[in-house]
Amino acid sequence: MSDKEVDEHSGVETTGHSWDGIKELNNPLPRWWLIVFWVCVAWSIGYWVLMPSWPGISGYLKGTRNHSERANVEVAVAELDAQRADATRRLLTAPNMETIENDPDLQAFALAAGESLFGDNCATCHGAGGQGFKGYPNLNDDDWLWGGKLEDIRQTIRYGIRSGHEDAHISLMQAYGSGGLLPRDTVDDLVHYVRSLSGQEHDAEAAARAAPAFEVQCVQCHGADGKGDQSQGAPNLTDPIWLYGGDAATIRETLWNGRGGVMPTWEGRLSEEEILALAVYVHSLGGGE
Amino acid sequence: MSVNEPAPSSDLSGGVVRHNVEAVNAAGTRTLYKAREPIYPKRVKGTFRNLKWIIMAVTLGVYYLVPWIRWPRGPGEPDQAVLVDFAGRRFYFFFIEIWPDQLYFLTGVLIIAALSLFLATALFGRVWCGYSCPQTVWTDLYVWVERKIEGDRNARMKLAKAKWTADKIRKRVTKHAIWILIGMATGGAWILYFHDAPSLARDFFSGDAPFTSYFFFALLTLTTYLFAGSMREQVCTYMCPWPRIQAALTDEETLEVTYKVDRGEPRGPHKKGDTWEGRGDCVSCRACVISCPMGIDIREGAQLECINCALCIDACDDIMKKVGRPTGLIAYDTDANIARREAGEKTTVKLVRPRTILYGSVLAFVCALMIYGLSTQATMVVNVLRDRAPPFILMSDGSIRNAYTVKIVNRENYTRELKITVEGPDGMTVGAVGEEAEGATVMLDAPGDTVRSVRIFATMPPGGVKGASAPVIVRVTDPDTGEEILNPTVFMAGRE
Repeated sequence: MSDKEVDEHSGVETTGHSWDGIKELNNPLPRWWLIVFWVCVAWSIGYWVLMPSWPGISGYLKGTRNHSERANVEVAVAELDAQRADATRRLLTAPNMETIENDPDLQAFALAAGESLFGDNCATCHGAGGQGFKGYPNLNDDDWLWGGKLEDIRQTIRYGIRSGHEDAHISLMQAYGSGGLLPRDTVDDLVHYVRSLSGQEHDAEAAARAAPAFEVQCVQCHGADGKGDQSQGAPNLTDPIWLYGGDAATIRETLWNGRGGVMPTWEGRLSEEEILALAVYVHSLGGGE
Repeated sequence: MSVNEPAPSSDLSGGVVRHNVEAVNAAGTRTLYKAREPIYPKRVKGTFRNLKWIIMAVTLGVYYLVPWIRWPRGPGEPDQAVLVDFAGRRFYFFFIEIWPDQLYFLTGVLIIAALSLFLATALFGRVWCGYSCPQTVWTDLYVWVERKIEGDRNARMKLAKAKWTADKIRKRVTKHAIWILIGMATGGAWILYFHDAPSLARDFFSGDAPFTSYFFFALLTLTTYLFAGSMREQVCTYMCPWPRIQAALTDEETLEVTYKVDRGEPRGPHKKGDTWEGRGDCVSCRACVISCPMGIDIREGAQLECINCALCIDACDDIMKKVGRPTGLIAYDTDANIARREAGEKTTVKLVRPRTILYGSVLAFVCALMIYGLSTQATMVVNVLRDRAPPFILMSDGSIRNAYTVKIVNRENYTRELKITVEGPDGMTVGAVGEEAEGATVMLDAPGDTVRSVRIFATMPPGGVKGASAPVIVRVTDPDTGEEILNPTVFMAGRE
């Protein structure tokens, strides 16, 4: 690089690179840019020393500050728990759940915690507002399969339904058709009988034909008047609320194949105070008894 | 060039010294890019200088001391007269308390500030820039410090050129140290507006203050030091948008710092015993130029760089007294008056003009609006949010229920017992989570200075609503004060 070529027009040295006769000028870097560059370099060296930086074979360079985001999060979580310790203790030591609802502060704490827990754990199946979907009960209405009192809701959340937990609620809607318990004709007639209970359009003759079968097969759980039984988780067949659907086709499907939806047990996955808060929240959605 | 030594010229009348100096923005040397020329404003004495000292003392006093004023508001509320409380989300200004949803009052204050500036500028030119702009006030303070340590203009120019002796180092270190201390006081006062001043001051020195306090302390220390110490007039000329706007706000009747060309020209040095016949009063001493903190020559007329600080008026009056001519060659005057004098007419000051009437009346209107808004502001705010997931609930008896979350902001500092009534179609019943309900009415306690949220259920019997929805009004009343707020919403009945 002994021969420095200088561009005639601008008086600036060229790099020697030439494309189609156009030569690249070798202008110096702007001073401010250079300063920023070197400040960044100096900064990065300080950063290597202080902060975790280079990866190694069996770990990484930890830096003199021993910084760890994971540890920071643990500290932050512990701080949050400490802040909540008092309210949590009061939740757990409340003599019964009604006292939680009647204490505005405690209720507010439970509702706030419950709402966030509901969004994280329950909304997937029950919907963001607890509105439910086919097969997943609406938690806003006043129709409860296993009871809508605070304690009932807490039990359901804790143990689940057909969850495999030894204390879980268990009931069975038999597969009357596919299981061969009733002949096809009787199942078809029963559809009309069930629809008659909730005052829906039906064939009265078919319903009358199915009455004896209902008496034998269904009354045990659903009751003679079809109003169901919360102690067995048997739905009320006389109201307009249906878990799977009240149209003839869906009722027939229910009778033919049976039903057995599962709600998991939350014991072990959520802490006792979290289950309490969730129960208070679900109860507040408006359907609580 | 302004750094040149003044040429001694003792033969001028009144002992006036003629300075060899050129305005930094002189037309002849102006280029698209120009390195900054240092400006060494000479000390002046006079009416406007005194006025500026007073305004400096008042504005700086207000800035540094206001956070310390106490204003008791009752238990649980800060007793600082002026406080921007980010954590508590309130702005306190003596008897005024602003909540985040009332931020439009801030808009009002900004509009009033802008209109006041318009009006003042239309009447008296850049009085804001010249007297009360923080940039001007702090620069003035910094120049005062500089003058105390390094001496006046000539001494400072000499020191700038001098070799780095122990004396120069001592002076420069002292100057910058005091500048930085002033900067720290400025940054230190700033952060006091955002926290309880006495406790923040204590925490600040014990290292317990929040990070933001240290950050803004450092930031304002730095900006004060840089803006008032080394950038000075460049902030006004290059960074501030206001000089560009002002030309649209002034007119030929605006009182501005003006060199009376009709009286001053033709200018020229005046020797002892010379006649004043056939010449102007300007003796070309350039006292106005060397006293100018912007380094410009007022005799070139109104210009972007001029902040109307009026120091050239004092400088020129001093010279006029020495040469035995009437003062006021440079004075607050209007372009129209120059024209009037040249035409032999009587001069006059027209403060009332269409422009000032417009600015004044709009300003009065906005002020009235603000006073009305502040004096009649509601002591509670109600928001009704209808549940959207699900929009309505079918109950087991076939009735339909909607849920509403009613949020009530209670701006009073005491607990109020409020009545919520839901006015909807006949047959509607109302319930609330955790509150007593009777018929369509819910009573609840709203604690002071908080937002109370309550979920309300409205239920209609089967077939009670004709069509898919019905209008509903949520009425919140305070039986004690009679205050009442209505919130229209709807009741969704689904497909009917």
